[in-house]
Amino acid sequence: MSAQRRWVSRLLDGYAGLVLVFLFIPIGLMVVFSFNQPRGQRNYEWNKFSLNAWKDPFKYPELKRAFLKSLEVGGLVTLLAGVLGTLMALALVKYRFRGKGFVDTLIVLPLTMPEVVMGFSLLTLFVNLKWTTGFWTIVIAHVMFCVSYVATTVKARIRGFDWRLEEAAADLGAGPIRTFARVTFPIIAPGVFAAALLTFALSLDDFTITYFNSGRVRTFPVEVFTQKRSRVPAQINVFGTMILLAATTIAVTGVLIERRRQRERV
Amino acid sequence: MADKAALSGDLQPSRRWIPWALMVPGLVWLLVFFVIPMVSLGKLSLEHGGFSNYQHAFSDYRELIPRTFAYAIIATGICIVLGYPLAYVIAMRGGKRKNLLLALVVLPFFTTYLIRAISWRILLGDRGPVTRVLHNLHLIGQDTSIVGTAPAVIGALSYNFLPFMVLPIYVSLEKIDRKLLEAGPDLYASGWRTFRKVTLPLSLPGLFAGSLLTFIPASGDFINVEFVGSDAQRMIGNVVANNFVKEQFRPGLSALSFVLMALILIGVLLYARLLGTEELI
Repeated sequence: MSAQRRWVSRLLDGYAGLVLVFLFIPIGLMVVFSFNQPRGQRNYEWNKFSLNAWKDPFKYPELKRAFLKSLEVGGLVTLLAGVLGTLMALALVKYRFRGKGFVDTLIVLPLTMPEVVMGFSLLTLFVNLKWTTGFWTIVIAHVMFCVSYVATTVKARIRGFDWRLEEAAADLGAGPIRTFARVTFPIIAPGVFAAALLTFALSLDDFTITYFNSGRVRTFPVEVFTQKRSRVPAQINVFGTMILLAATTIAVTGVLIERRRQRERV
Repeated sequence: MADKAALSGDLQPSRRWIPWALMVPGLVWLLVFFVIPMVSLGKLSLEHGGFSNYQHAFSDYRELIPRTFAYAIIATGICIVLGYPLAYVIAMRGGKRKNLLLALVVLPFFTTYLIRAISWRILLGDRGPVTRVLHNLHLIGQDTSIVGTAPAVIGALSYNFLPFMVLPIYVSLEKIDRKLLEAGPDLYASGWRTFRKVTLPLSLPGLFAGSLLTFIPASGDFINVEFVGSDAQRMIGNVVANNFVKEQFRPGLSALSFVLMALILIGVLLYARLLGTEELI
C-alpha cells in the first residue's frame, strides 16, 4: 500500500471515529445530567452535582405510572405483534403462492410512511368507529407498525433454511406439535427473539403515533412530553440511563450467547 | 430448480390455503388499522370544502411546506456525509470488530426519542457547551441563542436519523465481492477511481434505502422543533400534531397530510431517477 493511501485510510478512520463520538455526545450528556441538581424546573443547564435523582427515581408518581404503563403496553405488543408477524414471515418464506408480492408490499408500506400521518389516520378511524382512545387503541397502533418490523426481521433471519427437515420429522413419526417444538421452533427462535427485542424497544420508544391515539392514558414518552411544559426533572435522565443500561446488558448477553452457540457448533 | 420443487414451496391445490391461514391475523390487522385509516383520512380531507382543502393547504402554508422539505433534504444530506464514511470504515476496515462497531452505532438509539431530544436541548442551550464554545470563539454574539434557529433543528434531525443511514449503506458495502475491489488496483486504477467506479455504484441501493429511511421520518418529524426550535421553524408535523385535537381543523389537516405524502413520493421518485436506482422501487 502506498504512503498516500495509508494516509487516506487513516484520515477515514479518524473521521469515522469522530462520527461515532458525535453519536455518543447526547447520550453522555443524558447520563451526566442525571447527576445534576437543576436550578429551575427544567434540567437543561448544569448547576451542581447531586445524587438526588438517583436516590429517588420514583419521586414523581406520574412518571413512574407512565413508565409502568409503557412496560405493560410493550409486553402485550411484543406478544401480539410477535405471533402475528412470525406467522406472516413463515408463510412468506416457506411457501410460494399467488398474491405474495401484494403481501410483501403491504408489510413494507407502514415502514415508509411518516409517523404523524399514520397516527393521525388511525385516529380518524377510531373517531369514525366512536371508540374512545386509551390503552387498547395504543396497543392496536403499536401492533400495527410492529407487525411489519417483526415480519421483516424474522423473514431475513429464517430465509435459506431447509424446510425438508420438517417433513423428515413427520416421516419419522413426529406429530405436528412435536415437529413444531423440536424442529420448527429451534430454527426460528433466534429470529423471533431478535424481533421481540426490537418490538419491545420500538413500543417503549414510540411517541408520535401514541400521542395521537392515547386519549387520557399516558405512556412514558407521552408523559415526558406533557410534563415538558411545566418541568423536566433529572429523574427523566435517570430513567433514560436505566433503559440504556438494560439495552446494553441485553445486547452483550445476546452477543455472548451467539458466540457460545457458534463455538459449540464448530 | 427440481430441487426447489422438493422444498415445501410448491403446494398441492388442496393445501393452498395454508399460507393464507398463517397470514390472516396479521393481514387483517394491517388492512383494518393501516389501509382503512388511510382511506378514511383521504375521505376526511375532502369533507367541508372538497378539493379547496388542498388549495388551502398550499396557500395557508406557503412557507411551511418548502421549509419542511428543505430541512428534511439538508438533514438527509448531512446524514450521507456523516454516515457513508462511517459505514465504509466499518464494512471495509472493521475486521473482527464489525459487530461491536455496529452495536455502538445503534446503542444510543435505545434511550427513547424524547430523552435524546432533551439531551439536544441541553447540548445547544444558552449556557450549554456548544453555545459557550461559539461565544468564546466570537463566532456568535454574546446573547445569540442557538435554540430556535434552523441549524439547531436540522442538526437534531440529522442526529436522530443517522443510524437509519449507516445500516443500509453498511449492508450494501458488506455484500460487495472483495475481488472486485482488488481488481481495481491490479488494473492500475487509483484508490479514488476504484471507489468511484466500483464501490460507490455497488453501494447505491444502500444509499438509496438509507436516504429514504432518513428523509421520510425527518419530513414528518415534529419533536425536534418542539425541543430545539421555535415557531419560526415549524414543520408540517407540528401543525398536524398541535391542531388535531380540534375537530373543525381535521379536514384541513388531513389534506395537509396527503400533501406531505404526495411530495415525499415525488421526492423519492426524483431521487431514484438521480441515482439510477429506479428498478428498486
